[in-house]
Amino acid sequence: MSEKPKKYMNPYLAGFFLGFVLLATIYVTGRGLGASGAFKSVMIQAVNTVAPEHAASTAYYADYNASNPEGPMRSWLVFEILGVFIGAFLSAVAANRVSLKLEKGPGVRNSTRIIAAIIGGALFGFGSQLGRGCTSGSALSGMAVMSFGGIITMLAIFGMAYMTAYFFRGLWIKKQ
Amino acid sequence: MGPLIPDIISGEFNFMIALIVGIGFGFALEQGGFASTKKLVGLFYGYDFTVLRVFFTAGITAMVGVIVLNHLNMLDVSIIYINPTFLWSALVGGAIMGVGFIIGGFCPGTSACAAATGRVDGWAFLLGGIIGIFAFGEGFPLWKDLYLAENWGPVLMNEQFGLSREAFGIIMIMVAAGAFVMTQIIENKVNGKETRWFKPVIIKNAIIVATPVLLVIMVMITPNRTEVMNSRIDAKIAAGECNPEMMDADKLAYELMNQYYKYNVIDVRSPEEFAAFHIPTAINIPLEDMSEHANLDIVLQNIKTNVFYGANIYQSQRACMVSKYFGKSDNFALKLTANEFNKQYFQLGQINFEGSKSEVDLLKFRKEAGEKLTEIGESVANLDKPVEKKETRVKGGCS
Repeated sequence: MSEKPKKYMNPYLAGFFLGFVLLATIYVTGRGLGASGAFKSVMIQAVNTVAPEHAASTAYYADYNASNPEGPMRSWLVFEILGVFIGAFLSAVAANRVSLKLEKGPGVRNSTRIIAAIIGGALFGFGSQLGRGCTSGSALSGMAVMSFGGIITMLAIFGMAYMTAYFFRGLWIKKQ
Repeated sequence: MGPLIPDIISGEFNFMIALIVGIGFGFALEQGGFASTKKLVGLFYGYDFTVLRVFFTAGITAMVGVIVLNHLNMLDVSIIYINPTFLWSALVGGAIMGVGFIIGGFCPGTSACAAATGRVDGWAFLLGGIIGIFAFGEGFPLWKDLYLAENWGPVLMNEQFGLSREAFGIIMIMVAAGAFVMTQIIENKVNGKETRWFKPVIIKNAIIVATPVLLVIMVMITPNRTEVMNSRIDAKIAAGECNPEMMDADKLAYELMNQYYKYNVIDVRSPEEFAAFHIPTAINIPLEDMSEHANLDIVLQNIKTNVFYGANIYQSQRACMVSKYFGKSDNFALKLTANEFNKQYFQLGQINFEGSKSEVDLLKFRKEAGEKLTEIGESVANLDKPVEKKETRVKGGCS
């Protein structure tokens, strides 16, 4: 990349734009945005393909497949996340921010960052299933429609992240 | 009237919309800096609160939008998807996600953005996410009880605090504005910058905060469509302009016996009263629910003549006014109340043959009408009912 990446959009303007997308989604579809549900679809599709007997014999997968007879990938959220990939890529291209790299805190080894990302992802994936939604589906969309469950999930996510931030500071900021 | 899916836009087109929505979502997230893990985590170490600003602004924008659209009768908030509250799983799940956030540096949506822009750590987080969900599925029987405990259903925040949606909206705006100011101070401190307040900046930001607050206040003080309708009808009644065409009960009985299909007999009493007694072939639309979307479709059809009756004459006359208000011209109010009708046709008992001939004929007619109407009522009970529209909540959420 010869050009320097452009600055990020003013956060309040970006937030307004994001809120507008969310509002339009609620107006058109009657539901908010989401993300982790698409992960779940991918996972269930993988289990169905790799181990069909296991999927049929385990209640969790069998229930999901029974309620989604068209297959897990034909779900609203899968298409939405596909759109997220496209939208984020377009935005990054427009702002010169596409580059193959690993972002990490100062002095953190690459392998540490990758392992931490996988562990963090696994915890988030697990938590999103237990909490019935992640930051998008539960917290952000929940806030827009004033769902009690969505807002307490949001408080739990951010509260816990603040409480444990100190212990994981080595991953993100210089050690003092 | 929103939501447009599934009644106005078909389900198949839904996926196209999902893709378009996703593009907007991804674009907004990336523009806001959500694809950068350092910006995301900055929120927790105080050096960069961008994400909090974007997140709260988005939530407030959508929330105010929902309030305004609801007020303008453009969005039916009673059927939009509200994530149900399962107290313990929401709290424990949220806490686990919080730890995942600080270790992994992303949440699922933002990791997708990071992956799309070439961040290797984004891909790693995505992979981890799928592993985590797999673990949840595999061990599901172990945490099934926690998952399903304390089901409160789709409760709303404002209901929990006993506030109106609008009042709670204003509180949320104030909380967000406070958070924006506080985090700016913290961010400057952490980054070793001096916090200075310039007058133009303060004025500009005050205007930005005041806009949504004023919008919500406007919603609170201006009447909605139903209130406007009621006040206009009240004014007309007060001015003595409430004189809908009245229908004689014998005439109605005769018409129903011979051509019931030409009449839309509407009982405007409560469902309980309707269940206790109603004129055969009548349908029940309580007066206060008449201006609802689904009910108006029935009232405003242009094939049948509407005949309203209620517990008293004022109810049926008012129902005529409401129907007329929305543009239906062919309305009658029944001269009798529901109870009078019941007495006159269905509780005649033995006919007394001592009156004049015309009186006896009338009584005979009424008795016969009562029997015939019961018969018609029974035979059309299943044929002629309006198709019950399923008012399902929109499905959604992340699970």
